[in-house]
Amino acid sequence: MKKKTAGDLVFEVFNYLLMIILAVVTLYPFLHVLAVSLNDPYDTVKGGITIFPRKFTLINYIETLNYPQIPWAVLITVLRTVIGTAVGVLSTAMVAYVINRKDFIARKPVAIMFIITMYVSGGLIPDYMLIRGLGLMNNFLVYILPGLISPFNVIVIKSYMEGIPPDLEESAMIDGANDFLIFWKIILPLCAPVIATISLFIAVGHWNSWFDTYLYCSSEPKLTTLQYELQKILSNATASSQVDYYSNLDPNRTMKVTPHSLRMAMTIIVTLPILLVYPFIQRYFIHGMTIGAVKS
Amino acid sequence: MNSAKLSKKLWRQRYLILMIFPFIIWLIIFRYVPLWGWIMAFQDYKPGRPIWNQEWVGFKWFVEMFQDPDFYKAMRNTLIMSFMGLIFGFPLPIILALLLNEIKNISFKRTVQTISYLPHFVSWVVVASLVSEILSPSGVINQILQKLHLTNYPIMFMAEPRYFWWIVTFSDIWKELGWNTIIYLAAITSINPELYEAATVDGAGRFRKMISITLPGIMPTVIVLLILSIGNIINIGFEKQFLLRTAATRDVADVIDLYILTYGIGTVRYSFGTAAGVFKSVVSLVLLVFANWFSKKTTGYRMM
Repeated sequence: MKKKTAGDLVFEVFNYLLMIILAVVTLYPFLHVLAVSLNDPYDTVKGGITIFPRKFTLINYIETLNYPQIPWAVLITVLRTVIGTAVGVLSTAMVAYVINRKDFIARKPVAIMFIITMYVSGGLIPDYMLIRGLGLMNNFLVYILPGLISPFNVIVIKSYMEGIPPDLEESAMIDGANDFLIFWKIILPLCAPVIATISLFIAVGHWNSWFDTYLYCSSEPKLTTLQYELQKILSNATASSQVDYYSNLDPNRTMKVTPHSLRMAMTIIVTLPILLVYPFIQRYFIHGMTIGAVKS
Repeated sequence: MNSAKLSKKLWRQRYLILMIFPFIIWLIIFRYVPLWGWIMAFQDYKPGRPIWNQEWVGFKWFVEMFQDPDFYKAMRNTLIMSFMGLIFGFPLPIILALLLNEIKNISFKRTVQTISYLPHFVSWVVVASLVSEILSPSGVINQILQKLHLTNYPIMFMAEPRYFWWIVTFSDIWKELGWNTIIYLAAITSINPELYEAATVDGAGRFRKMISITLPGIMPTVIVLLILSIGNIINIGFEKQFLLRTAATRDVADVIDLYILTYGIGTVRYSFGTAAGVFKSVVSLVLLVFANWFSKKTTGYRMM
């Protein structure tokens, strides 16, 4: 090992310090909101909560989950994420497989049809009118169908499939397997790593989306999603947030919780699944992202 | 290919055709039919009649749009927030990647990276909630400012139009900084290690090597990404602005997409909204083609 110069040492200290600051700045908001959500709502009003709850309680969560809309929203969000991811990933892989088959008769035109949609789209209003015209307003299918396939994901899976030797398909063909069986029994299992990555991308997308609920399902309380409910709470809160701050100071209110503490609990409920799976999945994400970056 | 051969091939590929067929139908309905909707921009669309049976009005809506002061406000806000994102948001991931690369303690490096990616995976709704909490009158930023005696009264960040652009820019940086470093870190790993050895022999220090080897090594990536983001300046989206704006900040928050949403769907002026959408698409396509041409010219790398 070489001896470090003084300059290197200064640089190193500075660098480590900066990284620690970055980590703190990134984590603090999450920890703070978690602490507030676990703190007694009227104690919170006194201020001074940092990243630890002062008077621990679960009342904010109990109250949030008691809103009639919320259990439905949980159910719809989970259903949407599970079904949307399963159907989406399967469709994407199927399209990628067919486009990747060099002998497929319409390979070029189909590929071009998909690629064009990466650069031109109808836009907000025509999309909205299409959804209305198809009768998908206030319909669960609006969460699954319009965003079923993204050409970018097709490209990522296809470039992974290119690495699979075609001999495998040929020998299965000789054994009498049809194209669908080859896809299902051979190609799909071999693509497990990239399928996992894309599934996670699609799942996070479904979990996090709120705008389609806002646009297409806001008049059907039984179809709203968690993110949309949080957005509603948030837009009410920001409209009156400055007032909220002072009215929260009144300790004689009869409500069990404050709107502020409810909002914090809701924020955590919406974030929790991501925080829970994050440590396990983040290396897949990075892997998938690197594939995407290199290939596109 | 004669017809007998063709039909034989079609029959042999019947499963492949069956597998792709539903998705071609899907593609036509959900991606190509909306393109027909562009026609609406040149019509006076009245609900209840089919699209081929509407009154044609030429460029009426475009003319009306270019006479609308709100349109210019939306355009101004879009461009300002785009450029602020570019000026402040673009260099930071490069700097972070360079600095992370200098950290030799692998587990520390990995921990910092893992933490920095986290906000990318939470929704903008959650980020908006976190931001309004941190910036609230009793939030941590106001507490720090008051402790340092920089202000005597809490600042109402979310209700002050002059802070809005900064709030959008910095929450975006907070959310995506770590994630955006991935591509640069990948580029760094492909730099030839012999270059570093040679520089060490020449007596270069850590900082020197970072500036003279690592930075030039990732330059092609930097330029491609820069051109790409210039091609996307009008595609700023609307999520952040929609979620972070308050009644007091509407004037500085409205971007093109919010303009389309407000006038197109909000006030049910479908033709007008579509015209604004067509305008946006055309500008963005022109910018993309230009960016692509420019990239090919300067770096030899084509993106499309």
